[in-house]
Amino acid sequence: MQDVAAQVSQFVDLQLWHVIYLVFVGFVGGLVSGFIGSGGAFVLTPSMMSMGVPGIIAVASNMCHKFPKALVGAIKRAKFGHVDVKLGIIMGLSAEAGVFVGASVQQYVKQTLGDAGSSLYVSTALIIVLATVGTYVLLDAFKSMKLDRIGKAKEAEEEKPTRIALALRKIHIPGTMIYFKSINDRISFLITVPLGFATGFLAATIAVGGFIGVPSMIYLLGVPSLIASGTELVIAFLMGTIGTFKYAWHGFVDIRLAMLILLGSLFGVQLGAIGTTYVKGYMIKFVMGVIMLIILVSRATVVPVYLAQLGWIPALSPQMVSLLKNVSFGINLLALFVAAFIIFKNLIKGIYEEKHYRAHELAYKEGKIKG
Amino acid sequence: MANAVKKKPVGKAVTFGLLSTILYYFLITKQDLYMPYFSKGEIYSLLIIGTAFIFSYVHGNFTDYFWKVLGIEPKKKREGR
Repeated sequence: MQDVAAQVSQFVDLQLWHVIYLVFVGFVGGLVSGFIGSGGAFVLTPSMMSMGVPGIIAVASNMCHKFPKALVGAIKRAKFGHVDVKLGIIMGLSAEAGVFVGASVQQYVKQTLGDAGSSLYVSTALIIVLATVGTYVLLDAFKSMKLDRIGKAKEAEEEKPTRIALALRKIHIPGTMIYFKSINDRISFLITVPLGFATGFLAATIAVGGFIGVPSMIYLLGVPSLIASGTELVIAFLMGTIGTFKYAWHGFVDIRLAMLILLGSLFGVQLGAIGTTYVKGYMIKFVMGVIMLIILVSRATVVPVYLAQLGWIPALSPQMVSLLKNVSFGINLLALFVAAFIIFKNLIKGIYEEKHYRAHELAYKEGKIKG
Repeated sequence: MANAVKKKPVGKAVTFGLLSTILYYFLITKQDLYMPYFSKGEIYSLLIIGTAFIFSYVHGNFTDYFWKVLGIEPKKKREGR
């Protein structure tokens, strides 16, 4: 209990600028997660730490804002038909098991390699995953955008399941087949459970679960992008609730920080969710791919710091270390704002067109009545 | 014509807005009152989970109605469009 008391005394005194900043970044993060299913943690956690919040409390408080946000987002997206609850629950629970094992591995790595070694391991995993998955997702989005631009809107919108997804669906294991409405087909839970587990395991390592969960649903199960990003909110809700409970049990959650982020993020998540009704599926892939590749650059920027700590390259001056860390954080912030900009642009364009269309519809109806 | 223009949920937005303001008012001003319990851990962690659910219900409804009142709504599904 003593360690808990020590942590509590580390809860920061909230200043006005803390409140304004958290609400604002919460809003932008909420906007992105309402749209692609996840996002914001990579800016919010380091932001809280720069306010003097200890790392574990920052992680815990971020998680405590994540699950109510994901819940509100999932309910909203469900109204648009973007959520496969059954798939979300199966993936979410199996991912949680993956997180449990992933965290133990993480602990082992930390004990064996030390802090710098562990950070290098995490960065390497993150860079490899983001580079491969991010590039693939972005190229796929570009392909659909090109089709849309040359007038083949239907082909651009149509998301055919990948060959892997089709092959996985063909595997019939009696007694294990489950029907998923998102793919309108049956698939064995002996496939979905390990998939969820693997995404959770990776999420525990690189701490950005949604960037694995959504692409794996799209490309390995053949779930359309809009439904995959909506279902990710169910996964985030489940994992967030369990995660918060674990942290709160040890007294690490600062409810004030979590609820202040939530203040902004619920405005954002509603808006992001509305935004998905105005776009085609490839826009989800585009935003996700862009964020992944920008974060990749951010993480690569701090790799020299870890290498120097390990003695693999000459030592860096403290000023250099702080500069690299600040640049890395700035790039993360950029990723979030670029994503928010794309979403806003699509939202404004969509709402404008919709209002225009509704006005025409109304004029047509009135004309008909008079005529 | 009256049916074509949807009535905006101003009353609901104001009600949930007020409730949300009250919740945040207590969150900021009564820190000394609740923080000792909320940071105790163990079974007290249920307080945290419960609070998060209450905020998500009240503030979630407020934000939903807020955007509706501002006229920011999802795209209507239409045949052939």
